[in-house]
Amino acid sequence: MINGTAYKFGDNVDTDQIISAKYLVTTDAVELGKHCMEVADADFPTKAKAGDILVAGRNFGCGSSREHAPLAIKGLGLSLVIAESFARIFFRNCINIGMPILECPEAAKDVSDGDQMEVNLDQGMIKNVTKGKSYKAQAFPGFMQQIIQAGGLMPYVKKRLAQSS
Amino acid sequence: MGYTAMQKILAVHSGKKAVESGEFIMAKVDLAMANDITAPISIKALERAGITKLWNKDRIAIVFSHFVPAKDILSAAQAAVAREFALKYDLSLFFDEGRGGIEHSLLPELGLVVPGDVVIGADSHSCTYGGLGLFSTGVGSTDLAAVMATGECWLKVPETMKFNYRGKPGPWVTGKDLILFTIGKIGVDGALYRNMEFMGPSLKFLSMEARLTMTNMVIEAGGKSGFIEADEVTEAYLKGRAKRPYEVYKSDPDAQYCASYDWDISGMEPQVAQPNLPDKVVGLSAVVGAKVHSAFLGSCTNGRIEDLRIAAELMKGKKVAKGLRFMVIPATQNIYRQALKEGLIDIFMEAEAVVSAATCGPCLGGHMGVLGPDEVCISSSNRNFPGRMGHRDSKVYLANPAVVTASALTGYITHPDDILGKAKAPVAA
Repeated sequence: MINGTAYKFGDNVDTDQIISAKYLVTTDAVELGKHCMEVADADFPTKAKAGDILVAGRNFGCGSSREHAPLAIKGLGLSLVIAESFARIFFRNCINIGMPILECPEAAKDVSDGDQMEVNLDQGMIKNVTKGKSYKAQAFPGFMQQIIQAGGLMPYVKKRLAQSS
Repeated sequence: MGYTAMQKILAVHSGKKAVESGEFIMAKVDLAMANDITAPISIKALERAGITKLWNKDRIAIVFSHFVPAKDILSAAQAAVAREFALKYDLSLFFDEGRGGIEHSLLPELGLVVPGDVVIGADSHSCTYGGLGLFSTGVGSTDLAAVMATGECWLKVPETMKFNYRGKPGPWVTGKDLILFTIGKIGVDGALYRNMEFMGPSLKFLSMEARLTMTNMVIEAGGKSGFIEADEVTEAYLKGRAKRPYEVYKSDPDAQYCASYDWDISGMEPQVAQPNLPDKVVGLSAVVGAKVHSAFLGSCTNGRIEDLRIAAELMKGKKVAKGLRFMVIPATQNIYRQALKEGLIDIFMEAEAVVSAATCGPCLGGHMGVLGPDEVCISSSNRNFPGRMGHRDSKVYLANPAVVTASALTGYITHPDDILGKAKAPVAA
């Protein structure tokens, strides 16, 4: 169960806003996390606490394929991203590195900055405690669940390689 | 029921007779690619998983493009990780700085991607290659690490949107204008998870370079891939260039499309995307006169030889506007050399533009012309999200090379006709 404060952002937040290109000189998640979302909100990396939840509108994570974007979110210690919709490369990257995400337009639209959230990831159940409302997020397709259950893409690939040899 | 060319390519690559949209497949990959920024994370993922055997040392390209030549100590150290990896595994397609250029211009130029291929690149603009009649898409580094290990990539077969263009493009109108127009119509998530197939009589007037500019920017509409059926223009481009035999795939007349657009583009003026989204597109005349501090000609979108030729035609014997700086970056080492031979570089330098070795550089606010607070740039590149080319309060207009160059000469967004006059405007043959 995830408990955290929601931070709300708008539509079409691209990866340049999640982590600016000038920081792509490192692959260290914690280091990247220090600059997470600072183009959209300069204070975000200092005010967000471990376990907090990033909520966004449509097409979150559009733009570049940089895996530094979900790494920065993970590195800052955020527990989850909820959005109305995700850009596809960002979506894949999150599944592959084990960064929890949920697509739920209703929950994302209703959230205000600072709302307290309770989320059950396995069931995809999102509860906005502040507003007293509950939502069900879209389930992942079976194929992606296999990757999630394996703990990310590389463990999944290792298993496949072992089976084929 | 018929199939799209994309479905046929993905079926062949997943060992199936046919694939349906929405189906998950494991596709065999013909070429995998990573750059100096994305490769280090892939390498880390491989190391963490304890994988020391690569799928095929001749089908994994590493192209140095983003922070080259190294912009600081950290980027030098990061590039060293990728370089050591490429040398250790003896990758035959390793392009260090000075040996290549921007990956999306380089791979087609060298004939390393051919019709019918499945190409997976750890860079979002990997969709570019689809202009050659193949499937290619951008992924993150962990996905690419999996391809490096197995030669396969999991994919959801995308639905396909059809875009038909009719009419002869007007003066100064090229592939960049068609794709900006299209993104303006459908929005930055208008093609989310989808394949965009471009077709129609107008495409016959477009060079291979101009077509690659169109498929380059499908990601700016959220698209997974772009596709243009290989024809005589493609064949002519590939002649003497293609490094592997290839097969041309065509969509069936009764193929299923999830959306269909049909536009008559005759009479269209050059298009411009205003700050801060690639879909805030208007006709050039709506923004003529807007002040710019900087102009950039280059990137994987518009840094090819024909782009430089148009720019040189406009620049010849003139000077860059006072107070404005103009960056010209040929996309590959070969393009740079060709431009030197043709005397184009001399024209740019005579005009007091800055000319640099191939790099993505300013397009992503990396180096070689980063924007300061409140500065405005007109750029031939592909993205203008907030802070893309530098400070979060800087702004970017996206336009074709002729409009960028004309604006560099005046300091204001300018129609190329106002530099050369209507009589000199290039018209499609």
